[in-house]
Amino acid sequence: MLDAEFFRRWMTAAAASVDREADRLTALDSPIGDADHGSNLRRGFAAVAAALEKEAPGTPGAVLALAGRQLISTVGGASGPLYGTLLRRTGKALGDGAEVSTEQLAEALRTGVDAVRTLGGAAPGDKTMIDALVPAVDALGESFAAARAAAEEGAAATTPLRARKGRASYLGERSIGHRDPGATSAALLVAALEEAAGE
Amino acid sequence: MLINVPETVVADALRGMAAAHPELAVDVENRVVVRRDAPVAGQVALVSGGGSGHEPLHGGFVGPGMLSAACPGEVFTSPVPDQMVRAAAAVDSGAGVLFVVKNYTGDVLNFDMAAELAEDEGIQVAKVLVNDDVAVTDSLYTAGRRGTGATLFVEKIAGAAAQEGRPLEQVEALARRVNEGSRSFGVALSAVTTPAKGSPTFDLPAGELELGIGIHGEPGRERRPMMTSGEIAEAAVDAVLTDLTPRNPVLVLVNGMGATPLLELYGFNAEVQRVLGERGVAVARTLVGNYVTSLDMAGASVTLCEIDEDLLGLWDAPVRTPGLRWGM
Repeated sequence: MLDAEFFRRWMTAAAASVDREADRLTALDSPIGDADHGSNLRRGFAAVAAALEKEAPGTPGAVLALAGRQLISTVGGASGPLYGTLLRRTGKALGDGAEVSTEQLAEALRTGVDAVRTLGGAAPGDKTMIDALVPAVDALGESFAAARAAAEEGAAATTPLRARKGRASYLGERSIGHRDPGATSAALLVAALEEAAGE
Repeated sequence: MLINVPETVVADALRGMAAAHPELAVDVENRVVVRRDAPVAGQVALVSGGGSGHEPLHGGFVGPGMLSAACPGEVFTSPVPDQMVRAAAAVDSGAGVLFVVKNYTGDVLNFDMAAELAEDEGIQVAKVLVNDDVAVTDSLYTAGRRGTGATLFVEKIAGAAAQEGRPLEQVEALARRVNEGSRSFGVALSAVTTPAKGSPTFDLPAGELELGIGIHGEPGRERRPMMTSGEIAEAAVDAVLTDLTPRNPVLVLVNGMGATPLLELYGFNAEVQRVLGERGVAVARTLVGNYVTSLDMAGASVTLCEIDEDLLGLWDAPVRTPGLRWGM
Protein backbone atom coordinates (compact mmCIF):
# COMPACT_ATOMS: atom_id res chain seq x y z
CA MET A 1 0.00 0.00 0.00
CA LEU A 2 1.08 3.59 -0.70
CA ASP A 3 0.91 6.20 2.05
CA ALA A 4 1.34 10.00 2.17
CA GLU A 5 5.08 9.53 2.63
CA PHE A 6 5.25 7.65 -0.69
CA PHE A 7 3.50 10.51 -2.49
CA ARG A 8 5.77 13.06 -0.83
CA ARG A 9 8.77 11.02 -2.05
CA TRP A 10 7.22 10.95 -5.53
CA MET A 11 6.95 14.72 -5.66
CA THR A 12 10.44 15.23 -4.19
CA ALA A 13 11.93 12.82 -6.74
CA ALA A 14 10.05 14.62 -9.53
CA ALA A 15 11.40 17.96 -8.32
CA ALA A 16 14.96 16.63 -8.29
CA SER A 17 14.57 15.06 -11.72
CA VAL A 18 13.06 18.21 -13.27
CA ASP A 19 15.88 20.23 -11.73
CA ARG A 20 18.51 17.87 -13.22
CA GLU A 21 16.86 17.81 -16.64
CA ALA A 22 15.72 21.45 -16.83
CA ASP A 23 18.32 22.49 -19.40
CA ARG A 24 17.44 19.53 -21.61
CA LEU A 25 13.72 20.36 -21.41
CA THR A 26 14.42 23.98 -22.33
CA ALA A 27 16.65 22.86 -25.21
CA LEU A 28 13.84 20.62 -26.54
CA ASP A 29 11.46 23.59 -26.22
CA SER A 30 13.70 25.85 -28.33
CA PRO A 31 13.21 24.62 -31.91
CA ILE A 32 9.43 24.08 -31.58
CA GLY A 33 8.42 26.24 -28.62
CA ASP A 34 9.70 29.19 -26.68
CA ALA A 35 12.65 27.82 -24.72
CA ASP A 36 11.30 27.94 -21.19
CA HIS A 37 9.77 24.55 -20.33
CA GLY A 38 12.65 23.52 -18.08
CA SER A 39 12.93 26.77 -16.15
CA ASN A 40 9.15 26.99 -15.64
CA LEU A 41 8.77 23.43 -14.34
CA ARG A 42 11.88 23.78 -12.18
CA ARG A 43 10.33 26.82 -10.47
CA GLY A 44 7.00 24.99 -10.02
CA PHE A 45 8.33 21.74 -8.61
CA ALA A 46 10.70 23.60 -6.29
CA ALA A 47 7.60 25.35 -4.89
CA VAL A 48 5.87 21.94 -4.56
CA ALA A 49 8.80 20.47 -2.61
CA ALA A 50 8.96 23.52 -0.33
CA ALA A 51 5.20 23.49 0.34
CA LEU A 52 5.17 19.76 1.14
CA GLU A 53 8.00 20.22 3.60
CA LYS A 54 6.18 23.08 5.30
CA GLU A 55 2.67 21.62 5.45
CA ALA A 56 3.21 17.83 5.49
CA PRO A 57 -0.32 16.78 4.40
CA GLY A 58 -1.45 13.51 6.02
CA THR A 59 -3.06 11.64 3.11
CA PRO A 60 -2.03 10.73 -0.47
CA GLY A 61 -4.92 12.77 -1.85
CA ALA A 62 -3.96 15.84 0.16
CA VAL A 63 -0.31 15.61 -0.95
CA LEU A 64 -1.29 15.66 -4.63
CA ALA A 65 -3.94 18.36 -4.14
CA LEU A 66 -1.39 20.64 -2.50
CA ALA A 67 1.20 19.88 -5.19
CA GLY A 68 -1.33 20.65 -7.94
CA ARG A 69 -2.33 23.96 -6.37
CA GLN A 70 1.33 24.96 -6.10
CA LEU A 71 1.94 24.21 -9.79
CA ILE A 72 -1.12 26.24 -10.85
CA SER A 73 0.05 29.17 -8.70
CA THR A 74 3.70 29.20 -9.76
CA VAL A 75 4.31 27.74 -13.23
CA GLY A 76 2.11 29.75 -15.59
CA GLY A 77 1.99 28.98 -19.30
CA ALA A 78 0.01 25.94 -20.36
CA SER A 79 2.05 23.51 -18.27
CA GLY A 80 0.98 25.11 -14.98
CA PRO A 81 -2.76 24.52 -15.38
CA LEU A 82 -2.23 21.17 -17.14
CA TYR A 83 0.19 19.57 -14.65
CA GLY A 84 -1.64 21.28 -11.79
CA THR A 85 -4.95 19.82 -12.93
CA LEU A 86 -3.37 16.38 -13.42
CA LEU A 87 -2.19 16.26 -9.79
CA ARG A 88 -5.23 17.97 -8.25
CA ARG A 89 -7.73 15.73 -10.01
CA THR A 90 -5.67 12.60 -9.32
CA GLY A 91 -5.49 13.64 -5.66
CA LYS A 92 -9.22 14.26 -5.51
CA ALA A 93 -9.90 10.85 -7.06
CA LEU A 94 -7.72 9.20 -4.39
CA GLY A 95 -10.17 10.37 -1.72
CA ASP A 96 -9.11 10.90 1.89
CA GLY A 97 -7.84 7.44 2.85
CA ALA A 98 -4.48 7.21 4.65
CA GLU A 99 -3.25 4.56 2.19
CA VAL A 100 -4.09 3.60 -1.38
CA SER A 101 -3.30 0.58 -3.53
CA THR A 102 -1.37 0.74 -6.81
CA GLU A 103 -4.64 -0.15 -8.57
CA GLN A 104 -6.36 2.82 -6.92
CA LEU A 105 -3.49 5.06 -8.00
CA ALA A 106 -3.75 3.82 -11.59
CA GLU A 107 -7.49 4.48 -11.57
CA ALA A 108 -7.06 7.94 -10.05
CA LEU A 109 -4.31 8.86 -12.52
CA ARG A 110 -6.63 7.87 -15.35
CA THR A 111 -9.17 10.37 -13.97
CA GLY A 112 -6.40 12.99 -13.78
CA VAL A 113 -5.23 12.34 -17.33
CA ASP A 114 -8.83 12.54 -18.59
CA ALA A 115 -9.15 15.95 -16.91
CA VAL A 116 -5.98 17.11 -18.68
CA ARG A 117 -7.37 15.91 -22.00
CA THR A 118 -10.59 17.82 -21.41
CA LEU A 119 -8.79 21.00 -20.34
CA GLY A 120 -6.18 21.07 -23.10
CA GLY A 121 -8.27 19.40 -25.79
CA ALA A 122 -5.41 17.12 -26.81
CA ALA A 123 -5.82 13.53 -28.01
CA PRO A 124 -3.13 10.86 -28.31
CA GLY A 125 -0.94 11.58 -31.34
CA ASP A 126 -1.20 15.38 -31.05
CA LYS A 127 2.44 15.54 -29.84
CA THR A 128 1.76 16.53 -26.24
CA MET A 129 2.22 15.24 -22.68
CA ILE A 130 -0.81 13.01 -23.32
CA ASP A 131 1.38 10.81 -25.55
CA ALA A 132 3.49 9.86 -22.52
CA LEU A 133 0.75 9.85 -19.88
CA VAL A 134 -1.83 7.60 -21.56
CA PRO A 135 0.52 4.62 -22.17
CA ALA A 136 1.99 5.09 -18.69
CA VAL A 137 -1.41 4.83 -17.02
CA ASP A 138 -2.21 1.76 -19.13
CA ALA A 139 1.02 0.08 -17.99
CA LEU A 140 0.78 1.07 -14.34
CA GLY A 141 -1.31 -2.01 -13.51
CA GLU A 142 1.76 -4.08 -14.36
CA SER A 143 4.47 -2.19 -12.44
CA PHE A 144 6.03 1.23 -11.89
CA ALA A 145 8.94 0.11 -14.09
CA ALA A 146 6.55 -0.78 -16.91
CA ALA A 147 4.85 2.62 -16.56
CA ARG A 148 8.21 4.37 -16.75
CA ALA A 149 9.20 2.42 -19.86
CA ALA A 150 5.82 3.09 -21.51
CA ALA A 151 6.02 6.83 -20.79
CA GLU A 152 9.57 7.01 -22.09
CA GLU A 153 8.58 5.12 -25.23
CA GLY A 154 5.54 7.37 -25.70
CA ALA A 155 7.67 10.49 -25.35
CA ALA A 156 10.26 9.20 -27.83
CA ALA A 157 7.48 8.36 -30.29
CA THR A 158 6.43 12.04 -30.46
CA THR A 159 9.50 12.90 -32.57
CA PRO A 160 8.01 12.05 -35.99
CA LEU A 161 4.60 13.50 -35.12
CA ARG A 162 3.18 16.80 -36.35
CA ALA A 163 2.05 18.97 -33.42
CA ARG A 164 -1.65 19.79 -33.28
CA LYS A 165 -1.84 21.49 -29.90
CA GLY A 166 0.18 24.10 -28.05
CA ARG A 167 2.79 26.44 -29.41
CA ALA A 168 4.53 23.83 -31.56
CA SER A 169 1.34 23.51 -33.62
CA TYR A 170 2.03 26.89 -35.28
CA LEU A 171 4.99 25.29 -37.04
CA GLY A 172 2.86 22.81 -38.93
CA GLU A 173 5.06 20.35 -40.83
CA ARG A 174 8.18 21.92 -39.36
CA SER A 175 7.34 20.49 -35.93
CA ILE A 176 8.09 17.03 -37.33
CA GLY A 177 11.46 15.59 -36.26
CA HIS A 178 11.52 17.20 -32.82
CA ARG A 179 10.76 15.38 -29.60
CA ASP A 180 7.97 17.02 -27.59
CA PRO A 181 9.19 18.74 -24.40
CA GLY A 182 5.85 18.23 -22.60
CA ALA A 183 5.83 14.48 -23.26
CA THR A 184 9.45 14.39 -22.08
CA SER A 185 8.68 16.11 -18.76
CA ALA A 186 5.61 13.88 -18.31
CA ALA A 187 7.91 10.86 -18.66
CA LEU A 188 10.14 12.32 -15.92
CA LEU A 189 7.12 12.59 -13.62
CA VAL A 190 6.23 8.93 -14.26
CA ALA A 191 9.84 7.81 -13.78
CA ALA A 192 9.84 9.54 -10.39
CA LEU A 193 7.06 7.16 -9.30
CA GLU A 194 9.41 4.22 -9.74
CA GLU A 195 12.08 6.08 -7.82
CA ALA A 196 9.67 6.77 -4.94
CA ALA A 197 8.77 3.07 -4.82
CA GLY A 198 12.47 2.26 -4.55
CA GLU A 199 12.22 -0.28 -7.35
CA MET B 1 22.22 40.82 -22.21
CA LEU B 2 21.78 43.77 -19.85
CA ILE B 3 20.56 41.71 -16.89
CA ASN B 4 21.69 40.52 -13.48
CA VAL B 5 20.55 36.87 -13.54
CA PRO B 6 17.82 35.31 -15.71
CA GLU B 7 15.71 34.41 -12.65
CA THR B 8 15.08 38.04 -11.68
CA VAL B 9 14.57 39.82 -15.02
CA VAL B 10 10.82 40.29 -14.54
CA ALA B 11 11.05 41.47 -10.93
CA ASP B 12 13.95 43.78 -11.81
CA ALA B 13 11.96 45.34 -14.65
CA LEU B 14 8.94 45.84 -12.40
CA ARG B 15 11.06 47.60 -9.77
CA GLY B 16 12.41 49.89 -12.48
CA MET B 17 8.94 50.52 -13.80
CA ALA B 18 7.71 51.44 -10.32
CA ALA B 19 10.56 53.93 -9.98
CA ALA B 20 9.81 55.53 -13.35
CA HIS B 21 6.02 55.62 -13.07
CA PRO B 22 4.72 56.76 -9.69
CA GLU B 23 1.24 57.00 -11.25
CA LEU B 24 1.18 53.19 -11.31
CA ALA B 25 0.95 50.92 -8.28
CA VAL B 26 3.43 48.15 -9.03
CA ASP B 27 3.25 45.10 -6.76
CA VAL B 28 6.62 43.51 -7.51
CA GLU B 29 6.11 40.48 -5.26
CA ASN B 30 2.69 39.54 -6.62
CA ARG B 31 3.40 40.81 -10.14
CA VAL B 32 0.46 43.08 -10.67
CA VAL B 33 0.57 46.58 -12.22
CA VAL B 34 -2.47 48.70 -11.32
CA ARG B 35 -3.68 52.24 -12.05
CA ARG B 36 -3.11 54.08 -8.82
CA ASP B 37 -6.60 55.66 -8.94
CA ALA B 38 -8.34 52.25 -9.31
CA PRO B 39 -11.04 51.27 -8.73
CA VAL B 40 -12.70 54.12 -10.62
CA ALA B 41 -16.34 54.44 -9.59
CA GLY B 42 -18.84 53.57 -12.31
CA GLN B 43 -16.22 52.35 -14.78
CA VAL B 44 -15.71 48.88 -16.17
CA ALA B 45 -12.14 47.73 -15.46
CA LEU B 46 -9.88 46.18 -18.11
CA VAL B 47 -7.36 43.57 -16.99
CA SER B 48 -4.86 41.98 -19.34
CA GLY B 49 -1.65 40.10 -18.99
CA GLY B 50 0.63 37.65 -20.64
CA GLY B 51 4.21 36.56 -20.75
CA SER B 52 6.87 39.23 -20.28
CA GLY B 53 9.14 40.11 -23.18
CA HIS B 54 6.52 42.03 -25.23
CA GLU B 55 7.01 45.42 -23.58
CA PRO B 56 5.40 47.92 -23.51
CA LEU B 57 2.54 45.37 -23.76
CA HIS B 58 0.82 44.94 -21.23
CA GLY B 59 2.15 46.83 -18.19
CA GLY B 60 3.05 49.85 -20.31
CA PHE B 61 -0.58 50.20 -21.35
CA VAL B 62 -1.95 50.63 -17.82
CA GLY B 63 -3.47 54.04 -17.18
CA PRO B 64 -6.50 56.27 -17.86
CA GLY B 65 -8.10 55.39 -21.19
CA MET B 66 -6.57 51.94 -21.51
CA LEU B 67 -5.92 49.08 -19.04
CA SER B 68 -6.83 49.19 -15.36
CA ALA B 69 -4.31 46.50 -14.48
CA ALA B 70 -1.81 44.13 -16.07
CA CYS B 71 -0.34 40.81 -14.92
CA PRO B 72 3.15 40.12 -16.25
CA GLY B 73 4.17 36.47 -16.36
CA GLU B 74 7.66 35.08 -16.67
CA VAL B 75 9.34 35.71 -20.03
CA PHE B 76 7.04 34.32 -22.77
CA THR B 77 5.01 32.46 -20.12
CA SER B 78 1.42 33.20 -19.20
CA PRO B 79 0.88 34.66 -15.73
CA VAL B 80 -0.84 32.52 -13.10
CA PRO B 81 -4.51 32.77 -12.01
CA ASP B 82 -3.55 34.21 -8.59
CA GLN B 83 -2.20 37.35 -10.30
CA MET B 84 -5.33 37.88 -12.38
CA VAL B 85 -7.69 37.41 -9.43
CA ARG B 86 -5.64 39.85 -7.37
CA ALA B 87 -5.70 42.38 -10.23
CA ALA B 88 -9.45 41.98 -10.75
CA ALA B 89 -10.15 42.48 -7.05
CA ALA B 90 -7.97 45.60 -7.00
CA VAL B 91 -9.67 47.33 -9.94
CA ASP B 92 -13.31 46.22 -9.82
CA SER B 93 -15.59 49.14 -8.95
CA GLY B 94 -18.65 46.92 -9.06
CA ALA B 95 -19.16 47.64 -12.79
CA GLY B 96 -17.36 44.42 -13.75
CA VAL B 97 -14.04 43.42 -15.25
CA LEU B 98 -13.09 42.59 -18.84
CA PHE B 99 -10.19 40.17 -19.29
CA VAL B 100 -8.29 40.79 -22.54
CA VAL B 101 -6.65 37.47 -23.41
CA LYS B 102 -4.28 36.71 -26.27
CA ASN B 103 -5.05 33.35 -27.84
CA TYR B 104 -2.28 31.08 -26.59
CA THR B 105 -3.05 27.83 -24.78
CA GLY B 106 -1.40 28.98 -21.54
CA ASP B 107 -3.03 32.41 -21.43
CA VAL B 108 -6.46 30.96 -22.17
CA LEU B 109 -6.20 28.24 -19.48
CA ASN B 110 -4.92 30.59 -16.78
CA PHE B 111 -7.45 33.36 -17.50
CA ASP B 112 -10.28 30.77 -17.58
CA MET B 113 -9.26 29.53 -14.14
CA ALA B 114 -8.93 33.12 -12.90
CA ALA B 115 -12.39 34.08 -14.22
CA GLU B 116 -13.96 31.23 -12.27
CA LEU B 117 -12.11 32.18 -9.08
CA ALA B 118 -12.96 35.90 -9.47
CA GLU B 119 -16.64 35.09 -10.01
CA ASP B 120 -16.53 33.04 -6.80
CA GLU B 121 -15.44 36.27 -5.11
CA GLY B 122 -18.47 38.08 -6.52
CA ILE B 123 -16.69 39.91 -9.36
CA GLN B 124 -18.52 40.03 -12.68
CA VAL B 125 -16.05 38.96 -15.37
CA ALA B 126 -16.25 38.97 -19.17
CA LYS B 127 -13.49 37.76 -21.50
CA VAL B 128 -12.39 38.72 -24.98
CA LEU B 129 -9.97 36.56 -26.91
CA VAL B 130 -7.56 38.28 -29.31
CA ASN B 131 -6.61 36.16 -32.33
CA ASP B 132 -5.49 38.27 -35.26
CA ASP B 133 -2.41 36.52 -36.71
CA VAL B 134 -3.15 35.33 -40.25
CA ALA B 135 0.09 33.31 -40.40
CA VAL B 136 -1.77 30.54 -38.56
CA THR B 137 -4.10 29.32 -41.28
CA ASP B 138 -4.69 25.71 -40.35
CA SER B 139 -6.67 26.47 -37.21
CA LEU B 140 -8.35 23.04 -37.11
CA TYR B 141 -4.94 21.46 -36.55
CA THR B 142 -3.32 24.12 -34.40
CA ALA B 143 -4.11 26.02 -31.22
CA GLY B 144 -5.76 28.62 -33.49
CA ARG B 145 -4.73 32.09 -34.69
CA ARG B 146 -2.38 33.86 -32.27
CA GLY B 147 -3.02 37.16 -30.54
CA THR B 148 -0.49 39.80 -31.61
CA GLY B 149 -0.74 43.46 -32.71
CA ALA B 150 -4.53 43.69 -32.47
CA THR B 151 -4.17 43.45 -28.70
CA LEU B 152 -3.12 47.11 -28.70
CA PHE B 153 -6.22 48.12 -30.70
CA VAL B 154 -8.50 46.10 -28.41
CA GLU B 155 -6.96 47.49 -25.22
CA LYS B 156 -7.02 51.12 -26.48
CA ILE B 157 -10.55 51.12 -27.88
CA ALA B 158 -12.19 49.05 -25.13
CA GLY B 159 -10.26 51.12 -22.57
CA ALA B 160 -11.67 54.34 -24.01
CA ALA B 161 -15.19 52.88 -23.93
CA ALA B 162 -14.73 51.90 -20.29
CA GLN B 163 -13.42 55.40 -19.52
CA GLU B 164 -16.62 56.83 -21.06
CA GLY B 165 -18.60 54.76 -18.57
CA ARG B 166 -20.10 52.30 -21.02
CA PRO B 167 -21.43 49.12 -19.36
CA LEU B 168 -19.57 45.79 -19.36
CA GLU B 169 -21.60 44.10 -22.11
CA GLN B 170 -21.00 47.08 -24.46
CA VAL B 171 -17.28 47.24 -23.69
CA GLU B 172 -17.03 43.49 -24.26
CA ALA B 173 -18.95 43.68 -27.56
CA LEU B 174 -16.72 46.52 -28.79
CA ALA B 175 -13.57 44.63 -27.85
CA ARG B 176 -14.85 41.62 -29.76
CA ARG B 177 -15.69 43.76 -32.80
CA VAL B 178 -12.20 45.29 -32.82
CA ASN B 179 -10.65 41.84 -32.70
CA GLU B 180 -12.89 40.51 -35.45
CA GLY B 181 -11.98 43.46 -37.68
CA SER B 182 -8.23 43.08 -37.11
CA ARG B 183 -5.60 40.94 -38.82
CA SER B 184 -1.79 40.85 -38.48
CA PHE B 185 1.26 39.39 -40.15
CA GLY B 186 4.82 39.43 -38.82
CA VAL B 187 8.31 39.02 -40.26
CA ALA B 188 11.56 38.26 -38.42
CA LEU B 189 15.04 39.26 -39.59
CA SER B 190 16.69 37.61 -36.59
CA ALA B 191 15.77 35.00 -33.98
CA VAL B 192 15.11 35.89 -30.36
CA THR B 193 17.31 35.20 -27.34
CA THR B 194 15.48 34.50 -24.09
CA PRO B 195 17.24 35.15 -20.77
CA ALA B 196 16.63 31.54 -19.69
CA LYS B 197 18.37 30.07 -22.73
CA GLY B 198 20.94 32.78 -23.42
CA SER B 199 21.28 31.89 -27.10
CA PRO B 200 18.94 32.32 -30.10
CA THR B 201 15.88 30.04 -29.94
CA PHE B 202 16.21 29.16 -33.61
CA ASP B 203 18.88 29.45 -36.20
CA LEU B 204 18.27 32.24 -38.73
CA PRO B 205 21.36 32.99 -40.81
CA ALA B 206 22.09 36.55 -41.93
CA GLY B 207 20.70 37.06 -45.40
CA GLU B 208 17.50 35.14 -44.68
CA LEU B 209 14.19 36.08 -43.12
CA GLU B 210 11.20 34.25 -41.65
CA LEU B 211 7.70 35.07 -42.79
CA GLY B 212 4.72 34.56 -40.51
CA ILE B 213 6.49 34.60 -37.16
CA GLY B 214 4.86 34.81 -33.76
CA ILE B 215 5.95 37.00 -30.86
CA HIS B 216 7.59 34.28 -28.74
CA GLY B 217 10.63 33.40 -30.77
CA GLU B 218 8.73 30.56 -32.38
CA PRO B 219 9.89 30.25 -35.99
CA GLY B 220 7.54 31.20 -38.80
CA ARG B 221 5.93 29.22 -41.60
CA GLU B 222 8.35 30.02 -44.35
CA ARG B 223 11.97 31.06 -44.78
CA ARG B 224 13.20 33.14 -47.72
CA PRO B 225 16.33 34.94 -48.87
CA MET B 226 16.42 38.55 -47.67
CA MET B 227 13.85 40.87 -49.28
CA THR B 228 13.67 44.66 -49.54
CA SER B 229 11.44 46.71 -47.28
CA GLY B 230 9.05 47.20 -50.19
CA GLU B 231 8.87 43.47 -50.92
CA ILE B 232 8.30 42.67 -47.24
CA ALA B 233 5.51 45.28 -47.09
CA GLU B 234 3.83 43.64 -50.09
CA ALA B 235 4.10 40.18 -48.53
CA ALA B 236 2.77 41.34 -45.17
CA VAL B 237 -0.09 43.52 -46.43
CA ASP B 238 -1.20 40.92 -48.96
CA ALA B 239 -1.15 38.20 -46.31
CA VAL B 240 -3.40 40.37 -44.11
CA LEU B 241 -5.72 41.20 -47.02
CA THR B 242 -6.25 37.52 -47.88
CA ASP B 243 -8.21 37.34 -44.64
CA LEU B 244 -9.63 40.86 -44.31
CA THR B 245 -11.52 42.80 -46.97
CA PRO B 246 -11.95 46.29 -45.52
CA ARG B 247 -14.82 48.34 -46.92
CA ASN B 248 -14.17 51.10 -44.36
CA PRO B 249 -10.98 52.93 -43.47
CA VAL B 250 -8.47 51.05 -41.32
CA LEU B 251 -6.20 51.70 -38.37
CA VAL B 252 -2.63 50.67 -39.24
CA LEU B 253 -0.08 49.47 -36.72
CA VAL B 254 3.44 49.12 -38.07
CA ASN B 255 5.01 47.40 -35.11
CA GLY B 256 8.66 46.77 -34.42
CA MET B 257 9.61 43.44 -32.85
CA GLY B 258 12.20 45.03 -30.55
CA ALA B 259 15.52 45.27 -32.37
CA THR B 260 14.57 47.10 -35.55
CA PRO B 261 15.41 50.83 -35.50
CA LEU B 262 12.64 53.41 -35.90
CA LEU B 263 14.46 54.66 -38.99
CA GLU B 264 13.77 51.30 -40.64
CA LEU B 265 10.23 51.10 -39.24
CA TYR B 266 9.28 54.48 -40.72
CA GLY B 267 10.79 53.47 -44.04
CA PHE B 268 8.80 50.24 -43.85
CA ASN B 269 5.65 52.23 -43.04
CA ALA B 270 6.13 54.28 -46.20
CA GLU B 271 6.11 51.01 -48.17
CA VAL B 272 3.09 49.68 -46.23
CA GLN B 273 1.15 52.88 -47.03
CA ARG B 274 2.13 52.60 -50.70
CA VAL B 275 0.90 49.00 -50.90
CA LEU B 276 -2.33 49.85 -49.07
CA GLY B 277 -2.91 52.68 -51.55
CA GLU B 278 -2.31 50.34 -54.50
CA ARG B 279 -4.76 47.83 -53.02
CA GLY B 280 -7.41 50.53 -52.53
CA VAL B 281 -7.43 50.44 -48.73
CA ALA B 282 -8.15 53.80 -47.07
CA VAL B 283 -6.13 54.59 -43.95
CA ALA B 284 -7.73 56.47 -41.05
CA ARG B 285 -4.83 56.51 -38.55
CA THR B 286 -1.33 55.02 -38.40
CA LEU B 287 0.81 54.14 -35.41
CA VAL B 288 4.51 53.29 -35.90
CA GLY B 289 6.78 51.99 -33.15
CA ASN B 290 7.75 49.15 -30.83
CA TYR B 291 4.50 48.20 -29.07
CA VAL B 292 4.06 44.41 -29.16
CA THR B 293 7.62 43.21 -29.13
CA SER B 294 9.50 39.95 -28.91
CA LEU B 295 12.56 40.73 -26.78
CA ASP B 296 15.53 41.37 -29.08
CA MET B 297 13.99 40.08 -32.28
CA ALA B 298 14.59 42.18 -35.40
CA GLY B 299 11.61 42.50 -37.70
CA ALA B 300 8.17 44.01 -37.87
CA SER B 301 4.49 43.21 -38.03
CA VAL B 302 1.61 44.91 -39.78
CA THR B 303 -1.84 45.01 -38.17
CA LEU B 304 -4.91 46.43 -39.89
CA CYS B 305 -8.18 47.08 -38.08
CA GLU B 306 -11.33 48.01 -39.97
CA ILE B 307 -13.17 50.76 -38.09
CA ASP B 308 -16.26 52.97 -38.13
CA GLU B 309 -16.93 56.44 -36.68
CA ASP B 310 -17.60 55.11 -33.16
CA LEU B 311 -14.37 53.10 -33.09
CA LEU B 312 -12.37 55.98 -34.55
CA GLY B 313 -13.70 58.34 -31.86
CA LEU B 314 -12.65 55.83 -29.19
CA TRP B 315 -9.22 55.42 -30.82
CA ASP B 316 -8.73 59.22 -30.79
CA ALA B 317 -9.94 59.56 -27.19
CA PRO B 318 -7.33 60.67 -24.63
CA VAL B 319 -5.01 58.04 -23.17
CA ARG B 320 -2.23 58.33 -20.60
CA THR B 321 -0.03 55.27 -20.13
CA PRO B 322 3.75 54.74 -20.15
CA GLY B 323 3.60 53.19 -23.62
CA LEU B 324 0.82 55.16 -25.36
CA ARG B 325 -0.13 58.73 -24.60
CA TRP B 326 -2.10 61.44 -26.35
CA GLY B 327 -4.78 64.04 -25.63
CA MET B 328 -4.09 64.20 -21.88
